[in-house]
Amino acid sequence: MYIEYFLLVDRIVALSIEEGVVRCEATVPTESTIYQGHFPGFPVLPGVLLIEAMAQNAGWLILAMTRCERFPFLSIINEAKLRNFVRPGNVLLVESKLIHEGSGYIKTENRVLFENAVMCEATTTFRVLPFPSPVFQEKLIAHALKIGFPAEFAPHGR
Amino acid sequence: MSSTFDTVASIIAETCDIPRENIKPESHAIDDLGIDSLDFLDIAFAIDKAFGIKLPLEQWTQEVNEGKATTGQYFVLKNLCERIDALKAAKGA
Repeated sequence: MYIEYFLLVDRIVALSIEEGVVRCEATVPTESTIYQGHFPGFPVLPGVLLIEAMAQNAGWLILAMTRCERFPFLSIINEAKLRNFVRPGNVLLVESKLIHEGSGYIKTENRVLFENAVMCEATTTFRVLPFPSPVFQEKLIAHALKIGFPAEFAPHGR
Repeated sequence: MSSTFDTVASIIAETCDIPRENIKPESHAIDDLGIDSLDFLDIAFAIDKAFGIKLPLEQWTQEVNEGKATTGQYFVLKNLCERIDALKAAKGA
């Protein structure tokens, strides 16, 4: 996780459009200014960042589904449950599964695991739109390929 | 149509917590029932699932925004149900 750059998953470990599933690894940083306030003497990754991590995770699946032609903007978060404290150094597995696609939106169920225990879960719905900027698209695809995004789902010639 | 309406009305009642008796074929989902676009999305997904279709909500929204259609054409429930029936028929053809 690079919290300062808002990059919250580190590596795509599995992605299948056929199964509608993506899994990513994310290591919680051991040092961050966030822990100065959250909380002094008891550092915990904020739940809002876990929800964003789940959204980013699902985003890689949706980008693959659209061959990186459209970007998923987070629109709805349902049934978010923060079950356990996530601590510095935890190596997390983030999982997302497609549950519905239609009307220009995609809905996924997501969860975060640490040592096989569910730390949190949420259902997320994304509005899927053409990239609003070619620079954004270019930079995102470059980052995607660095973290294990399958090249077959990137536009040709990347 | 009536069976489609009953299913749609039940979905709306359950999804948006609106009393079933307030939901009528002439009701406008937005203007009369106060359903906003994101709430309507949950209804659209439930309709997709119930009827095995895909409502082209994105296309409808675009047509409304471009002034090519009125919201009533899509969001008055009897009109919505007619479109659902047409999508069902097209799928079965």
